[in-house]
Amino acid sequence: MEFDKMTALELGRMIKNKEVGVVEVTKNALENIEKRDAVYNAFVTVCFEEALKQAEKVQKGIDDGTFTSPLAGVPMAVKDNMCTKGILTTAASKMLTGFKPTYTATAVKKLENAGAVMLGKLNMDEFAMGSTTETSYNGATLNPWGENRVPGGSSGGSAVAVASDMAYYTLGSDTGGSIRQPCAFCGTTGIKPTYGTVSRYGLIAYASSLDQIGPVGKSVEDVAEVLSVISGHDAKDSTSVNNSLKIILNNNIKGKKIGIPRDYFGKGLDGEVKDAVLAAAAKLQALGAEVEEFDMPSLEYAIPAYYIIACAEASSNLSRYDGVKYGYASPSFEDLTDLYYKSRSEGFGAEVKRRILIGTFVLSSGYYDAYYKKALQAKAVIKQAFDKAFEKYDVILSPTAPTTALKMGENLNDPLKMYLGDIYTVSVNLAGLPAMVVPCGFDKEGLPIGLQLIGKAFGENELLNVGYAYQQNTDYHTKKPVLKTGKEA
Amino acid sequence: MKITDEMIDYIGALSRLKLQDEEKESAKEEMEKIINYMDILGKLDTEGVEAMSHAFPVKNVFREDVVMPSTDREIITANAPKSKDGSFVVPKTIG
Repeated sequence: MEFDKMTALELGRMIKNKEVGVVEVTKNALENIEKRDAVYNAFVTVCFEEALKQAEKVQKGIDDGTFTSPLAGVPMAVKDNMCTKGILTTAASKMLTGFKPTYTATAVKKLENAGAVMLGKLNMDEFAMGSTTETSYNGATLNPWGENRVPGGSSGGSAVAVASDMAYYTLGSDTGGSIRQPCAFCGTTGIKPTYGTVSRYGLIAYASSLDQIGPVGKSVEDVAEVLSVISGHDAKDSTSVNNSLKIILNNNIKGKKIGIPRDYFGKGLDGEVKDAVLAAAAKLQALGAEVEEFDMPSLEYAIPAYYIIACAEASSNLSRYDGVKYGYASPSFEDLTDLYYKSRSEGFGAEVKRRILIGTFVLSSGYYDAYYKKALQAKAVIKQAFDKAFEKYDVILSPTAPTTALKMGENLNDPLKMYLGDIYTVSVNLAGLPAMVVPCGFDKEGLPIGLQLIGKAFGENELLNVGYAYQQNTDYHTKKPVLKTGKEA
Repeated sequence: MKITDEMIDYIGALSRLKLQDEEKESAKEEMEKIINYMDILGKLDTEGVEAMSHAFPVKNVFREDVVMPSTDREIITANAPKSKDGSFVVPKTIG
């Protein structure tokens, strides 16, 4: 039987009804990874032994009533920037060579406690810095929807593992669009929760004021269930809020007010993407939502503000990598300072170095006010613009990215061009808001297009309802790419 | 703005990053492009706008000051490139 095409909740029901065993589905998933990942490179580490051991344990727990979650026994995978006790965690960087954390990230732990079976760790841009998953020390991940196309990033592995039916759901992280843009490029469903909804304990920090963990899945129902499990206050992350979500989906969106910011549909947006996103808006209108356009002029300041703030925080966060406490250390050095210099210069990749340098620059004396402080003021202006929009609207609808999946290498040597591709996603992180992506069509080359829906702070349930209503009435999220295998079974 | 050799050396020193000559040239060029792009922010009127660190009000969070178990030093230092007796080993720092 082909389990792999099922959604997480469908498989969870079969496991619960004893129609299939956890070990059987885990073995099946590991076999699929062996065959498919030779082509797609979505995994950095595959936990063959650990997953089977965990599957046996979970099956016992389901049988004796310990695990009752609808996700119990469902195989999943985790982005490589979340700590997993005893399992290699590298953030796709040479800098974290050989690093085996001594503890597990809270979000992962919560899923473990709900009976999740972790298949492995997923590829990403190094330290989550990138929009293509090409900056990974482990090599690029491929998008299953097209020849030689990037999966987006930084959570490219998280999106591809789901799109190629290697994992039933995955965890990603989103600092400026790193869950949403790969979801758009790979035809998967994902949500970046409101800042503080999911504990960041154990998430390798990029930009702490913007980072959030969130789920990637095959349907809104799946991601809603995963989010319900991973949300809630954690004493180990003082920015996490006391908001354990118990999402109950409702597809009645009659009278919901959806705003479309005109400025998001201007210059630079691909025509096919625009048409698909506006068609999705028309669909929601047909389902009873009240849809109208409005002006949100602060868009052009989002990218500079985001990159200044994110790089500034990154330059500080990444100062912990010194070749002393963990990870890579240069084999030859003269003294302590030289050990720092050499380990960092040899351990970090080009994009990470670039962001550390930019961050150090905008924080340096003489430039702090003109860049860093100004960016924090721009952030306030952007937040105010969203506050004003949400006085009138329940949800804001927009494209996720200006184009569909790019060709490999297209933006790798032009960082500014890559940054500009984040135009529709970064302001959401600056304002701390929740935003989700659902597949809403394909371009003429067959590449997926993603619809972005932005919600009010802590309005995840209302936001997910809109995505749910959309998926109940469309079938884009059920489409599958034709998969290749590197090795016959 | 022009990113000079002196600037890139200074930022590199602050960042503890040593760039090879070739790397340095491309870093200068890319940074200059990126920083100049960021100058768009200058157009935004932020007179009287307070700088916002966090999107939501964040205040200090305190917990009770009680002794809790922590991870054993040996387990932590097992990840270190070099360790001895539960401590990190670094090159000699005092002459």
